[in-house]
Amino acid sequence: MILDAPRGTGSARHLLDVEGITRDEILRLLDLAEEMRRARAERTHRALLERETIGLAFYEDSTRTRVSFELAGKALGATVVDLGVAGSSVGKGESFVDTLRTLERTGVSLLVLRHGSSGAPYLAARSTGMAIVNAGDGMHAHPTQALVDALTLRDALGSLEGRTIALVGDVAHSRVARSNLHSLRTLGARVRIGGPPAWVAGFSGVDGIEVATRIEDALDGADAVMTLRVQLERAAAGGIPSLREYSRSWRLDAPRMEYAAPGAPVLHPGPTNEGVELTSELANGPRSLIARQVENGVPVRMAVLATVMSAA
Amino acid sequence: MTLGRFGRLTDPPASFLVTDVRVIDPNDGSDAVRDLAVIDGFLADPGNASDRIERIDGRGLVAAPGFCDLHTHLREPGDDVSETIACGARAAARGGFTTICAMPNTEPPLDEPARLAWVIDRARDASCRVRVIGTVTVGRRGEALADLAAMADAGAVGFSDDGAAIPSSRLTRSALTYLRGVGRPLIEHAEDGQLADGSEMRAGPTASRLGLRGWAPSAELTVVERDIALAEETGGRLHVTHLSTAAALEAIRRARSRGLPVTCDVTPHHLAMTDAWVAGSRRFAWQEPDDEVSLDVDHAFDGLCRVNPPLPSRADALALLSGLADGTIDAIATDHAPHPAERKLVPFGEASPGMIGLETALGIGLAAVEAGCLDLARLIAALSIRPAEIISERRSLAIGQPADLVVFDPAARGPVTSDQLASASSNTPLLGVELPGMVRLTVANGRITYRS
Repeated sequence: MILDAPRGTGSARHLLDVEGITRDEILRLLDLAEEMRRARAERTHRALLERETIGLAFYEDSTRTRVSFELAGKALGATVVDLGVAGSSVGKGESFVDTLRTLERTGVSLLVLRHGSSGAPYLAARSTGMAIVNAGDGMHAHPTQALVDALTLRDALGSLEGRTIALVGDVAHSRVARSNLHSLRTLGARVRIGGPPAWVAGFSGVDGIEVATRIEDALDGADAVMTLRVQLERAAAGGIPSLREYSRSWRLDAPRMEYAAPGAPVLHPGPTNEGVELTSELANGPRSLIARQVENGVPVRMAVLATVMSAA
Repeated sequence: MTLGRFGRLTDPPASFLVTDVRVIDPNDGSDAVRDLAVIDGFLADPGNASDRIERIDGRGLVAAPGFCDLHTHLREPGDDVSETIACGARAAARGGFTTICAMPNTEPPLDEPARLAWVIDRARDASCRVRVIGTVTVGRRGEALADLAAMADAGAVGFSDDGAAIPSSRLTRSALTYLRGVGRPLIEHAEDGQLADGSEMRAGPTASRLGLRGWAPSAELTVVERDIALAEETGGRLHVTHLSTAAALEAIRRARSRGLPVTCDVTPHHLAMTDAWVAGSRRFAWQEPDDEVSLDVDHAFDGLCRVNPPLPSRADALALLSGLADGTIDAIATDHAPHPAERKLVPFGEASPGMIGLETALGIGLAAVEAGCLDLARLIAALSIRPAEIISERRSLAIGQPADLVVFDPAARGPVTSDQLASASSNTPLLGVELPGMVRLTVANGRITYRS
């Protein structure tokens, strides 16, 4: 889950995860995001969260996710505070839970949390009364990015029912991929993952997921291809011998995209390592949806914030 | 439910008569309802019990040799917030244990005779006998052998760098060779530190689902295979503690079928809990698993389920259970690892590994017995005489012996709650889970150390 009903720690609803969200819930969020996108373009969006205070607690660096949450909250009329947790009392020995409880006492009603440890948003949700929106936890989940990707794909392809979506790269260590696996399957897509063996390990035999170990097989007939960011520090720690070796086998380029369905679009959650995951021609070419993904960031997060606060 | 009353090893010897109690003595395989008399701390002929001594109605209760835990963390010296020798010993008594073996990964580590003597001295008036395990290497640093013979003379019943394996094969070989002369076992925490580095839970579908870094069974197997080869070559005595994988169990089974005297233990949590507990399941390994546990806010990613070695796959837990049932696994050892709440109320991967176990070991074992996975006599042997034998001690229910026994009610049941726990910590995911079995009486060396 979770767009969760209250469970003893307050009255908040949360978005902790993509798994467990129903197809209808996802579609409602995507529809609402479309509405937000239109309204924002027309400058007719309403201040649904006018007297709310949203805190941004990013224990890991982020630019685009943090900024899009900030803009989304402000667009809805909320007071948005970047709590700067990465540098403040965290370094003074205060525990994670104590910090969150302090923030709650200052009047934050919804906390957007990014953390390097998988599951941290669950701990936040059970230890405080704030509504928690997961903005990425460890290798576990990045629900709003998955919703952004789902909306972007829906814009390009229409319904995802029966479509084949290829995810290429370091799936095993990617919270973006993990959340996309849930949302795409829930929306009826077939998901194929491809990458070096260590990066697709653990998904063989999972319902609705095909595993490919050659890029030709991964892309074969795919209706869209999403390639994931290579975490440079992870590449150094193992899994692949070198970035050069990775690019040689797995970089998306125009000839390789011939394996995919004609005109199949390319996505990347960003930021890209130019020339590693895909060629810059492809990233900046007509098949690329990367810019659309960024554009959808704010309206999707507006939809999430409004839904979690039961304001929409 | 009340906590009961604790006694100490320094109390006067007890006299009492338990009537109509089911006495299970794995020493001779006997299992019969009879009277059990203790006079001045010694087992006696019930016919000689005078009318003046206390009579305890034993109907429905089971009496067995006192339990022996090969693997307890008492945290002293260095961390008396998590646990103390006194509290840990009371937790042991409440769990039916009359002997516990303190692991040496304290601060400072128990790596020289004076430090062992300090623990032994502090435990003199505890509620349970405390035996001490010494470190294998100086400072537990894995570089050079500690003074093993001197520590053995000071009371060390075995040697372990628990918390980590002996890192180098060469040093392990030296330790096993040298310990032949000392006559004590090497108690190995079998885990390849490089393979396990950075892992958060057992590798498998749940780890993949949760995005937690996986611990692969090869981390245990490679060290177990290495140690078996070295034990065979040197003739040193190897005991593998907290076995957690079917693969390593098979390696031990093969070694024993060749006649090697390799022994091993398993914790109650590796028998009963599975990696699905990290996702929030609270079903025991022998129960039908949940289809797919939905991640709920209260239980998913609970740091209380972080333990090392990590909770096993269900298949491995069931394999361990059958290894215990068939005797390949000699003993149940708790790896009682207390931590204060603040070291557990953190994101999962940051939680200190370990859970307490002294007060729930019998309950978990009885739950396995109720499920038909284990027979009661085997459970009792694995908790009492087998672990005692591994540290060269004997347990007897024969007349004339010092009374060292436990009397428990196998049918009483209730949820585990933190206010009942005698341990200074309450870090166990069993809180709120119902377990069978309640200890009524623990008698160590003729003294009543616990009674409820």
